[in-house]
This record gives sequence, C-alpha cells and structure tokens, in this order.
Amino acid sequence: MATATLVEEQRATDKTALITGSEAIAVACKLADVDVITAYPIRPYDTVMQYICKLVANGEMDCEYIVAEGEHSQFEIVKHACACGARVFCGSSGVGWMYAMEALTVTPALRIPMVAMVGNRALDDPGAFGVEHNDALTVRDLGWQLVWVDSAQEALDTALIAYRVSEDRRIFLPCAISCDGAFLTHSQALVKIPSQEKVNQFLPRYNRADLQLHPDNPITVAPQGNEDWVMEIRRQNYAAMERVSLVLKEAYADFDRIFGRSYGNPFFEEYETEDADIVLMGMGTLSTPVRVGIRKMRTEGKKVGFVRMRWFRPFAAADLAESLGRFKAVGVIDRDYSFGSPYMSGVLTTEVRSAMYSAPGPKPPVLGFIAGLGGREVTVPDVEKVAGAVYQAAEGKSQPLTQWIGLRE
Amino acid sequence: MATYIQVDPTQKLEPFKSVKKLPLEEYFTSGHRTCQGCESALVMKMMVKAAGPRSIILGSTGCMYVANTTYYSTSWVVPWMHTQLGSSGSAALGTSAALKVLMRKGKIKNEPINVIAFCGDGGGADMGVGAISATLTHAEYNSLILMYDNESYANTDIQLSGSTPWGANTTFSSPGKVKRIMHRRWKKNMAGMMAAGHPECKYVATICMSYGLHGMNAIRKALAIGGPTFIHSLDPCPKGWDYDPYLSHEMGELAVNSGVWPLYEVENQVLRLTGRTEQIAAGKIRRVPVRDYLLKQGRFAHFTNDDIDYFQDKVDEMWDKWLIPGVIPFRKDVEADPPALN
Repeated sequence: MATATLVEEQRATDKTALITGSEAIAVACKLADVDVITAYPIRPYDTVMQYICKLVANGEMDCEYIVAEGEHSQFEIVKHACACGARVFCGSSGVGWMYAMEALTVTPALRIPMVAMVGNRALDDPGAFGVEHNDALTVRDLGWQLVWVDSAQEALDTALIAYRVSEDRRIFLPCAISCDGAFLTHSQALVKIPSQEKVNQFLPRYNRADLQLHPDNPITVAPQGNEDWVMEIRRQNYAAMERVSLVLKEAYADFDRIFGRSYGNPFFEEYETEDADIVLMGMGTLSTPVRVGIRKMRTEGKKVGFVRMRWFRPFAAADLAESLGRFKAVGVIDRDYSFGSPYMSGVLTTEVRSAMYSAPGPKPPVLGFIAGLGGREVTVPDVEKVAGAVYQAAEGKSQPLTQWIGLRE
Repeated sequence: MATYIQVDPTQKLEPFKSVKKLPLEEYFTSGHRTCQGCESALVMKMMVKAAGPRSIILGSTGCMYVANTTYYSTSWVVPWMHTQLGSSGSAALGTSAALKVLMRKGKIKNEPINVIAFCGDGGGADMGVGAISATLTHAEYNSLILMYDNESYANTDIQLSGSTPWGANTTFSSPGKVKRIMHRRWKKNMAGMMAAGHPECKYVATICMSYGLHGMNAIRKALAIGGPTFIHSLDPCPKGWDYDPYLSHEMGELAVNSGVWPLYEVENQVLRLTGRTEQIAAGKIRRVPVRDYLLKQGRFAHFTNDDIDYFQDKVDEMWDKWLIPGVIPFRKDVEADPPALN
C-alpha cells in the first residue's frame, strides 16, 4: 500500500532528536529558511532565540538575526522585513507580548504573514514565570491566527503549517503559536525532524507578489483610510480569516501526505470521546494531567472524554458545537481569566458557550473552570474534581457556572 | 584590522552643484493635503528628489502621514509604507535587513536601494528615540532616519513635544491668568545626542530647507556614506507656530541666523559647522537677536521682555559656554549659580 511505503520511507529519512518545544520551533525556522529573525529577552519564549542564535553561529542557518531593544521594535522590524518579501520569525511571552501590542495590532491589518511563538506566561503583577494564556489571547479579535500546541513534535509541525497557511496569498495573516511556558518550552521530548527535501515540497517560497515593497513595485502601503475606506478594508481581513479554515484543511492534508503524520481534525483533538458521557475541554499542555485523569477515571467506570482545542482563531464553532452536542455535559478548563465576563468565566468557556448558543443540535450545560494560573500545576485530583462537578451538571443538579480549581482556601 | 561589519554598497550620490542642476523629476507630487506654507511637505519633496527613484520610504505617524498620504490619492511616486509613531528606527532596520538578506540569497536583484524612514519630532525625539538609537548601532544596515521637526504634535492639535521650544503656547501648554509659562522644558538636543551616543554612525546632520541645496546634499551624503545615519530638519509650521504662511522660508532663515538652530554635520566623526552657522561661528556675520525670531510667531505672543531675555540668555549660553557651540552641552569649567532674577 502506498501509505505504508511512505511511512517506512519516512522512518528511514527522518532524524529523531531529544529536544524542547522551543528548540523544535527553532528547528522549524531553520527548515523553513527564515530570512529575518528578531530577538528580545523574556522568559520562557527566549529559549527559542538562544537555539536560533546557535544555529546561525554554527552556519546551519542563513538569516538576519537581530537583537532588538524592546518587543515593540522586535515586532516592528520583522513586520517591515515581511512587507519587503522576507520570511520572518519573532516571539515573546507575557508582558513582553503586551509591550509589543501596537505592533501586534497593525501586523494583521497590514496583511503581514508573520509567524510568532508565544511562550505563554502570566502577566505582571505580581511577577510570575509560569504559564497563563491571557498573553496570547489578547490578540484574539485582531486578525491573528492563534494555535495552541501540546508537544514538541506538534510545535515543529505546526510552525511549518503556520508558514504555509499564513503566506498563502488567500490569507496573508499572521499566526501565533502558543507553547505553555516551562511545560512545553523547556520540556524535552523525542521529535522526528523531517528532511529538508520534504519541507521544500510542503512549503513554497514566500511570495509577497503585488504587495511587495520594492522600487519595481512602487505601491503606497497603508495610507490614511478614514470613514471612506476603513470599513471595506476591515471586511477584506474578515474574508481572509474566513478563508483560513479551508486553507488550513488543505495544508493539514498535504502535511499528512508528505510527512506521513496525521493530525485528524486540525481544529480540535478528541480523546476517549467515542462512548463518553461527559467531556472536559482545554488548551495546551493541560492535556497531560487531563489524559492521565481520564485513564484513571475510566478504570473506575466513569466515561469521561477530552477535547483539546488546537486552533482558537479561527474558532471552529459549528464543528465544535456539533461534537459537544453528543455529551451530557461539558467542563471547560481555562488557564486564563476574563474578569467581569459573562458568568465571570474564562475566555475559552465564554467562546464555547457562544459557539453552542446558535448551534442547531442539543445544548448540554457548559461549566467553566479556572485552573493552573501563574504556572500552578493542574493535578490529577484537580481533574477528578472537575469531572465530578460536570457529572453533577449532567445529572441535572445545579452547579456554579464558574469554579476555581486548586485554589488555596 | 579584521572586518566584522559587512556593509552593502550604496548608491553613488554626488552633491548637487546648484539649484539649476537639480533633476526635474519629482517623486513626491500632488495628492497631499498639507497646510499652505508647510515646510515639512517641502522637506519630503526635497528628500526624495535628493534620494532618487531607487528608494523605499517609510513614514511614521504624524503630519507627513496623516495629511500627506491619503487612500486613493497618494503623493508618493516611490514605494512608501506607513510605520507606527515610535517605529521609524525599526522600520528602517527591518526594511534594510530584508533587502540585504533577499539580495544575498538571490531572491531579489542585487542593487543598492535607499531606505529612508522619516518621523516627526513627536515620533522621533519623544516616542521613537529608543528605536532610532538602536538602529544607529546596527552598522551593517544602510538607512537614513530623517526627523522633520515642526516643534509640536502639529497634526493632532499642536501639543508640545520634547522638541518644542521653551515657553511656547501649545494646546498642552496654553498660558493662563496665573501661569504664563506652562512649558518650562528646554528643547531636546536630538542631533547632538545621536552623534555623541552612536560611535558607529557615520553621518549626523542638522538642516533647514530654507537652505534647500544644503539640505538635499546632506541627505545625499547620508545615503551614500553607508550604515545607519540621522538627519534632524527644523521645519517652520504656520499652524503650530502661528504666523502667516508666506513667512515660512523667512522663519527658517531667522531660526538659523538667530543662532537658535545651528547647522552642522558630523561626518565620520568629524564635526563641521555648516552654512550660515559656520559664518556666525567664524565671526563673519552677527547673530540676529532671538526677539526678531520669537515675536514673529503667535506661539510666543504671551512672552514678556523677561521671557525673551531668558530665551536669549539660553541661546547665548549655547554659543558662548558649550564646549562645542550649539552641538554638545558640555562646559569647560563648573560655574557658580547665576544670581536669581528679581
């Protein structure tokens, strides 16, 4: 069978390495032959730039590697490089990402296909190095594609997919790849590193085409629009984001064909859901304790499943609502907060409820849980506690719509 | 000595010999909506005429973006891109880095292309000073950052910036019944700071387009010399300075001739006073009293004689006591405090 041959061939040509999530993205940058990269220190994302520095110093990568004087400049420099036709990479964490906020705002508006890594980190104050998702989530309304990965392999693969989709002329939108601080940025795992030939086959060269800033193409980029034109321009970005789903599916299908690794549904991953009564939901490395907890609960006869949201923007609302309609109740675990939001729930919970509201099918109750803030570990007993509350809701018993888990009493 | 910095070749841009020898081609043309008598618009026109067609221009937010560049009626013949208020340095750096790597990898034709990023005094001397400073340390990237200084946030409603002269009436420093002088900071010395603080930067200059040929040749030198460079242009602004638009040219001359705006260049670390400033320093012409300059502008209309004297004293100090007149405010000796005004 052709597929089997491909997988065998893949096993023969791919190298396997024990690397962290950050290093996996650095390797992806090398394989993607990125042209301009800007660095600025902040934990935990900065490890990716340390690896890139070594790749450049060792002659394994040819790019302009620029250490900026702040995150605002860091993102502005690559934004402008990308406007001239350079493939770019950048990244940040926590308040560093917030410091770059103005640049992050204009990047999708300018249709710049920048790929950035967010090493998710709690926002100050008080200072905390650990993971929270509020940093990356701040750009959710602006036209950034947002994806959360949960393993070093997925980080590498998703970076290649992100370049392919973002740089597609139908899209030209930036993409932020979120990696949970410490749990993924600093944790090593065995990663299959694809061959350069396969990457070249998967990822075409970035072609800025009609939007390239060059004396041979003397365009004026982003003149004042005002009420005359801004609404039409916003609508173009809307249309581009609307097209992402289609282009993403194409890219994942090609990824599977070329690299022999399938991610199934690109938008969210389901675990033990086939016969599940209730499901838990979450993003990023939360999947580790949740999967372990589910395996434990299954031995006790509790049919619990897990849906890991991978792509947050675009948000696969219809697909998700259809899938969640199969269960008796849903518990969404947010590693973020949204003070004053509807029912004081986290961001993901609010989005899931919003997706369910207009769905044609059944609408099970959706409970929100806030856990693991500031990098606090989400434990297996925490997961069991969440499942217990969701079971109560499934049985029609009243439950608070938002609960904090693992909080010191 | 080993070479650590790889600077790409630049365009050969010889100085223009006279106004009559200027090229006829314009690269900044109709379509803009700047005020009558706007000197900054003239700076744009001269800047890109000096640079020529193989140029990329980056414009940070300010008058020369908002009033200059309108959707469907751009005045730019060369490629132009907006950058954020504090991003002129980063825009120059990113554009130059992209050209360098794309040419090295053979992805675009290898040729010298001018990269110019401009900013106003708000975008440059206030918000963008950090990014400009950083770019001036990246010696391997060719670019020019031009700060057009009309001495206020003139597009947003004439608010004071770090580059607004002492005492000026702006919408954020309007005089009242109790406090006459609401703006008590002295103008930031941007060009001197850039020259003194960035030893790898090969060219820094001050210009005023009342002396057009001088200004254009400074721009050509800045682009041809290689690496990152900085030019600070003083631009009279009829709206912000409050004078009749027909006086713009004369106002620039007065700024230079009163010694308020010294013209100089620092080329490969060699400092030269230039134009009328050189003649003043050599004693060939006398400085015009600042009174003649200040009283022509409505923004100083609330000044008393004491205020004018204070302003004159500060300018005299700059000429007589600074280690390098008008450039670097270091003095030879520590002086006692002057007697208090009564």
